[in-house]
Amino acid sequence: MSVVIAGGRLLDRTGERRADVLIEDGHICDVGERLDGDRVLDAGGCVVSPGFVDLHVHLREPGQEESETIESGSRAAALGGFTAVVAMPNTDPPHDSAGVVELVRAQGASAGLCEVLPSGCITMRRAGETLAPFAELARAGVRIFTDDGNGVQDPLLMRRAMEYSLGLDVVLAQHCEVARLTTGAVMHEGRCCSELGVPGWPAIAEELMVHRDVELARLTGARVHFLHLSTVRSVELVRAAKADGLPVTAEAAPHHFSLTDEELRSFDPVFKVSPPLRTAEDVAAIRGGLADGTIDAIATDHAPHPVDAKERPLEDAPPGMLGLETALGVALAELDMPLGDVVAALSWKPAEIAGVGDRHGGPIEPGRPANLTVFDPDATWQVRPGAMASRSRNTPFGGRTLRGKVRHTVFAGDPVVIDGEAQR
Amino acid sequence: MKHLRSIGELGQEGVLRLLDLTDHMVEVNERANPRVPALRGKTVCNLFFEDSTRTRLSFETAAKRLSADVMTFTVKDSSVNKGESLRDTIETVAAMGIDAFVIRHRSSGVPWQASRWTTASIVNGGDGWHAHPTQALLDAYTVRAALGRSGGLDGVHIAVVGDIKHSRVARSDVEVFRSLGADVTLVAPATLLPPVSPAPATDDLDSVIEKVDVLYLLRMQRERTGEALIPSLREYSARFGLTAERARRLADHALVMHPGPMNRGVEILVDPSELAGSMITQQVTNGVAVRMAVLFELLGSGREVEA
Repeated sequence: MSVVIAGGRLLDRTGERRADVLIEDGHICDVGERLDGDRVLDAGGCVVSPGFVDLHVHLREPGQEESETIESGSRAAALGGFTAVVAMPNTDPPHDSAGVVELVRAQGASAGLCEVLPSGCITMRRAGETLAPFAELARAGVRIFTDDGNGVQDPLLMRRAMEYSLGLDVVLAQHCEVARLTTGAVMHEGRCCSELGVPGWPAIAEELMVHRDVELARLTGARVHFLHLSTVRSVELVRAAKADGLPVTAEAAPHHFSLTDEELRSFDPVFKVSPPLRTAEDVAAIRGGLADGTIDAIATDHAPHPVDAKERPLEDAPPGMLGLETALGVALAELDMPLGDVVAALSWKPAEIAGVGDRHGGPIEPGRPANLTVFDPDATWQVRPGAMASRSRNTPFGGRTLRGKVRHTVFAGDPVVIDGEAQR
Repeated sequence: MKHLRSIGELGQEGVLRLLDLTDHMVEVNERANPRVPALRGKTVCNLFFEDSTRTRLSFETAAKRLSADVMTFTVKDSSVNKGESLRDTIETVAAMGIDAFVIRHRSSGVPWQASRWTTASIVNGGDGWHAHPTQALLDAYTVRAALGRSGGLDGVHIAVVGDIKHSRVARSDVEVFRSLGADVTLVAPATLLPPVSPAPATDDLDSVIEKVDVLYLLRMQRERTGEALIPSLREYSARFGLTAERARRLADHALVMHPGPMNRGVEILVDPSELAGSMITQQVTNGVAVRMAVLFELLGSGREVEA
């Protein structure tokens, strides 16, 4: 069956143009005027771009399926316009053996809604004590290694991880948090937490580890990616590292460029996240980092939690927010950047970091795998937590009006989302 | 007024109204039979997720003197998600027909979370390090009465000494004292101040001791030494404790206050009963009257204190 995306404005790394796209057998087979196919997806008023790639999602399977499954998370991803997602390793069991990684990949394939790319642990059980089997995991297709949820605390272990990774064509992704500085921490350390009497998560806890790993990258030459940057100084450190030519990249989450710690005045744990929501100055710095390319990618840190977990007292509730279904809408509503730069940060730049540039994020041209997103950049819509495809409801954007909505998502030639509805 | 969760949501006008109402409750409490029928038929539930004998007894006494029915539910709260959830507890008890909850919890913000799950009034009996508004009101009332003021506390110099960072009493007291026009100085090492201090601060008690009208001592938790916040309790006492020498340097009219329970030999190294300005027992007495005023304000709408 052939599919035509008709009447849209194509936007990829080569620029913009108006054309139809003909898809057959999982690939783009023609791009041009008035193409015809068995099935026509109307893209009038919409942008057709390479599929989005999320470097940072928690799909919770195996182990915490009451929060999310690979299938429900994949559906949320597809509805958000993502054709590939990197699944974080903090499952139970975690991604520290080829067996778990293969299970996650297979579950993703069986859901068939997007490509699920398992990350691998840097350390066994993410316990920060001994290295995970990098080569075995790399052979199983892992490209991004991280203990996300935890930072690797031990500088010796991190140095060894970087050195050991050198020949394997992998990326070490760090959750930057010096744990000794965040014991019991709930929200950003600053004026707001001082008034609310809530234990503070200081910016320095993130920045010290960004600094350490920039210097370790300088020492070792390893490829390092910084997860979910959230502070002014973190952005400055990465900017300086890039200016020095170091092989580092970085991502930021939509909530870190749209929300501040003032949200915690409601004491609603839905606003609890790690790293925490910070100040307006930090939000501005994240936006600046995205605008000048210091921050390469928008990554959601999609972190589902069941309703009852987010109704615990603030100090006991787990950190994390949904992100997949709102990423585009938050980005277009909040970022004052050219549309092409926003899509670059959602698509081809993260695709390169994830090592999937051969099949995601590439130019829209014949012969390429058909992983495409069709979105209306001007559509405004209101977030309804109850209408999410995720098994969880913990979006911090409930009730807000966003701009930019995914209309169709084509994954491997298959229209998995049509007119905003998941097809499976 | 629906809830009393913080001094901030009460505002200066609300604070003054409650302090004036407290005058009336003090008069009730001085009677041979200190009981009025003002809240007959109302039910108050003390929901304490953290031990606090004094605050609980004070609220129980206040409710009984207004003829409300009172029940107390002390939940041994072993942190994360064991057994019944916070929401289930609130909803279950509320279903029994509760007009007001007094909630004490070790996590900041629980009274705000609870107010999303019940239509009953919520009184914050102390949440985390955040707020303890009835303590603040009784402290403000005590200062006002002892200094013979009728309105606010304009020009009164109050030093709050000790672990400000981890103290809900300090946060609410600073708010109430400042809203009434007092000059507040915090006295603590930087490790015991919040990241952003709510008032001017010094770490030199001796530089302020002679100038203050009120010396407010906070309880020093013994475990703070383990968190590297202070080198030792001995050093804390030497720098921030009320010693006999410092007590002598207080102004004659100066008041000494403490929210209790006191750590004798730590923050207070003299016998408080020998301090002319000690208000420590008076604070407890006034606490009942203030809590009567709060409960009446929340539940007594349209009623008179004396029916």
